[in-house]
Amino acid sequence: MITLDILRARFTALREDDLQRWIGEGHVRAERQADDLVFQEIDVERVRLILELRDVMQVNEEALPVVLSLLDQLYALRRRLRDLGALEG
Amino acid sequence: MAEDPYKVLGVPRDAKPEAIKSAYRKLARKHHPDLNPGKAEAEEKFKAASAANDLLSDPERRARFDRGEIDAEGQEKAPPGYGAGPGGFGAGGYRRQADQPYGARYGQASEGPAGMDAGMFEDLFADVFEARRRAETGPRRGTDESYRLNVAFLDAVRGATRQLTLPDGKALSVKIPPGVVSGQVLRLRGQGGPGRNGGPAGDAMIELEVAEHAFLTRDGNDLRMELPVTLKEAVLGGPVVVPTPFGELRMNLPAASDSGRTIRLRGKGVAEHGQRPAGDLFLTLRVTIGKPDAALEEFLRGWEPENAEDPRAGMEFGE
Repeated sequence: MITLDILRARFTALREDDLQRWIGEGHVRAERQADDLVFQEIDVERVRLILELRDVMQVNEEALPVVLSLLDQLYALRRRLRDLGALEG
Repeated sequence: MAEDPYKVLGVPRDAKPEAIKSAYRKLARKHHPDLNPGKAEAEEKFKAASAANDLLSDPERRARFDRGEIDAEGQEKAPPGYGAGPGGFGAGGYRRQADQPYGARYGQASEGPAGMDAGMFEDLFADVFEARRRAETGPRRGTDESYRLNVAFLDAVRGATRQLTLPDGKALSVKIPPGVVSGQVLRLRGQGGPGRNGGPAGDAMIELEVAEHAFLTRDGNDLRMELPVTLKEAVLGGPVVVPTPFGELRMNLPAASDSGRTIRLRGKGVAEHGQRPAGDLFLTLRVTIGKPDAALEEFLRGWEPENAEDPRAGMEFGE
């Protein structure tokens, strides 16, 4: 279980208002336990990906949903193909 | 050994920080592992670009590298990027997560059994995989097996049922219809290789080889045979017993039946089959003199033929 504090410790470049906005828009899907946000390992990597998209690749906030949506489609397709392939085997 | 970071980024040694940043961004966009899942070399290139950028974007370390105080590889140890998560910066961490089944956490809303997109995937790919699976596991007809069977002459004339012993020891009962010829192929349905997954068995293809006979010859569905007769039978005629493929036959030989004369026995050739009527048996007489006979010789010495003829008349070759 990863808390908001751990997440902030991992990413020094992460600003809380950014994170809250991404959660609000569904880019990061955290769970709420009582009053705390709880993250999975995949959410941590998701935050890392978004930070890299924004800071390294200069994908701005307007373009971010498009990029994430395309990526999500790509990975959904990969998972599905893997499932079908597993059925095959 | 890590490569020269300037070479990795493709910038000159006196490149301005903006140029380095720009070159790194260009490479990062191209090779980011999360954007290139399944391409191992993209991950390698991205890591190298990250390490190079890490070194060159820090003025202090870039200066030390330029002075030769540190090498490119030494800098790789420093965990770059956002806070040193496992795998370091840009190691495709998200890809490893998203490729797992629980990656569906960030799947499309429509992902799942009821979604429209999901249905399209299923249609598109399930068809492809299903066709392949069907080809592999569906019913498949067995192979046709080829065999040879030697058929006795009289079996081909009268028809017969013979056993064919297969290489696996199985015996196959082969019904030979009358009138078969060498090279003809009989098809026995379902007697070939076994079918797979409930498919029908293949056929047994049996090529026939009909043997010769000692004194019978085939002419289509007719049979030809020489019939030896004694001198007395030939001159005087009378009842003779003729052996045929269908048993002995009594017939009356006309008087003065010369050698070479042909007699037709209707229906005594190849047996009838289906719509085809039976063939005929043609007998060609051959007069035999037999062993020397004193009385015959005595008679012939004093014998004057009634109508003396030259049997070789007309056999002239001319000049």
